[in-house]
Amino acid sequence: MTIPAIQIEKIHKRFGSLHALKGLDLTVNQGEFFGLLGPNGAGKSTLINILAGLLRPSAGKAAIMGHDVVNDYQAARMALGVVPQELVFDPFFNVREMLRFQAGYFGRGKENDAWVDEIIEALGLADKAHTNMRRLSGGMKRRALIAQALVHKPPVIVLDEPTAGVDVELRQLMWEFIRKLNREGHTIILTTHYLEEAEALCSRVAMMKQGEIVALDTTANLLSKFAAKNLRIRLSEGSLPSSLLPMLKHGEDSVFTLALTELNQVEFALSELRKANAEIEDMQLIEVDLEDVFISLVGST
Amino acid sequence: MSIINQQTRGVFTLFKKEVLRFWSVAFQTIASPVITALLYLLIFSHVLEGRVQVYDDVPYTAFLIPGLIMMSLLQNSFANTSSSLVQSKVMGNIIFVLLTPLTYLQFFLAFLGASIIRGLVVGLSIYLVAIWFVDLPIVHIGWVVMFAILGSALLGTFGIIAGIWSDRFDQMAAFQNFVIMPLTFLSGVFYSIHSLPSIWQTISKFNPFFYMIDGFRYGFFGKSDISPWVSLVVVTTFLAILVVLSLKMLKSGYKLRG
Repeated sequence: MTIPAIQIEKIHKRFGSLHALKGLDLTVNQGEFFGLLGPNGAGKSTLINILAGLLRPSAGKAAIMGHDVVNDYQAARMALGVVPQELVFDPFFNVREMLRFQAGYFGRGKENDAWVDEIIEALGLADKAHTNMRRLSGGMKRRALIAQALVHKPPVIVLDEPTAGVDVELRQLMWEFIRKLNREGHTIILTTHYLEEAEALCSRVAMMKQGEIVALDTTANLLSKFAAKNLRIRLSEGSLPSSLLPMLKHGEDSVFTLALTELNQVEFALSELRKANAEIEDMQLIEVDLEDVFISLVGST
Repeated sequence: MSIINQQTRGVFTLFKKEVLRFWSVAFQTIASPVITALLYLLIFSHVLEGRVQVYDDVPYTAFLIPGLIMMSLLQNSFANTSSSLVQSKVMGNIIFVLLTPLTYLQFFLAFLGASIIRGLVVGLSIYLVAIWFVDLPIVHIGWVVMFAILGSALLGTFGIIAGIWSDRFDQMAAFQNFVIMPLTFLSGVFYSIHSLPSIWQTISKFNPFFYMIDGFRYGFFGKSDISPWVSLVVVTTFLAILVVLSLKMLKSGYKLRG
């Protein structure tokens, strides 16, 4: 059996009276593209910081590629690349210098310079290689942060909300880059606020709420567990008949969203509307997305 | 690549980065303290030359220079570790070091090493400029070098403690203004403690800065207020206490790892 990329057992973290992580268990296998979702304060960053060694667990164990993050932290950190959430940077150096230093901390020397140049190229930083970190735009700083997490070729990469505040173009570029890393065999753990991001990228997701995992399954399973489709209708005349109220998910002005468990319910909905003399101006069938799953599990964010 | 090689390279990279950090702003970190020291030299030697004679055959200006060198060396070693740590904590980029396999001891050695270099570079620069103007002998080079290294190590270590403890720049500045400055000025940079009233002489003997400056001065003139061996013991003891304290802080992850 292969060693899991990440193995978390009964992890607790307390900050004074705040119980931030309440005995989490989680295994992420090598090669997975794993999503960690949850509202602010759910404990996602706390969990990541424990993996990265920035926080120490109050109880429980965590290991990266079989190396305990506390007792065998050097090997654990060698195996892990972390892209932090904040746009942090060292104001004294340019992009290439900074990346070479970062590689050096991991014991890598000149033989690694070609790899550093390769990352610079792949992330579109070549023009900025000699630019001081201070002078980079937000998007470029974000790219540099990703580059920094990769300098030591870690098998496991954690990205903590990498696309927060990133424009559409860069987001696409980053998605493509991260997908490529995953295809090349890196295990990816992505935390995100954007559910469509997790839906598009992750093969498996964990949803966290108040320090606990409330759902853990493949993205496809989570989606199929919940209502198959939504029907959105806009009425130009009349109102929603009471027989449809049990299906109502959301209603505002004359636009109503009905949750369907089976597709033949469309027929029922339309006939009830006809009976009530309501006139339909527009209607749409919508696929359920992770947001629906998320809200039903975690409650409105 | 062997483990030893890898570990050495890690600590050397951090050391090199810390040296290049101050070197990249050398105008502020080297030139500015050298100019400040020369201004002190100009003013004090002009006002006091001929009026104050500490040792029989040592003119006041010559007496003053080792004190000024040591003062600048101490302040700059402190500034190097403390400001680097506070700045990277405030900016958040300290995590780039915390995410690496570097041990707390490697972290300590790299920061300390760079602060010693900064102290020595500043001290040596002042010396090289000063000897253009003043005839300054060095009787025992060994003592000079030893106290220069011990002094910058002591203040570099103290800077690590202050840098880890401080969450903001003003807290670090408080260390500088309320601890480092008074202890330097009351340590005999500008005078011999023998010229003080006896109560102040006694108080001065509790000031570790006095021993660093007195021992350093002994290397230049072969004369000092107390034996350099006593100074050596006091300074080494004090350094050991601070090293143990700062290593304990780093090992526990105090204010760095939650």
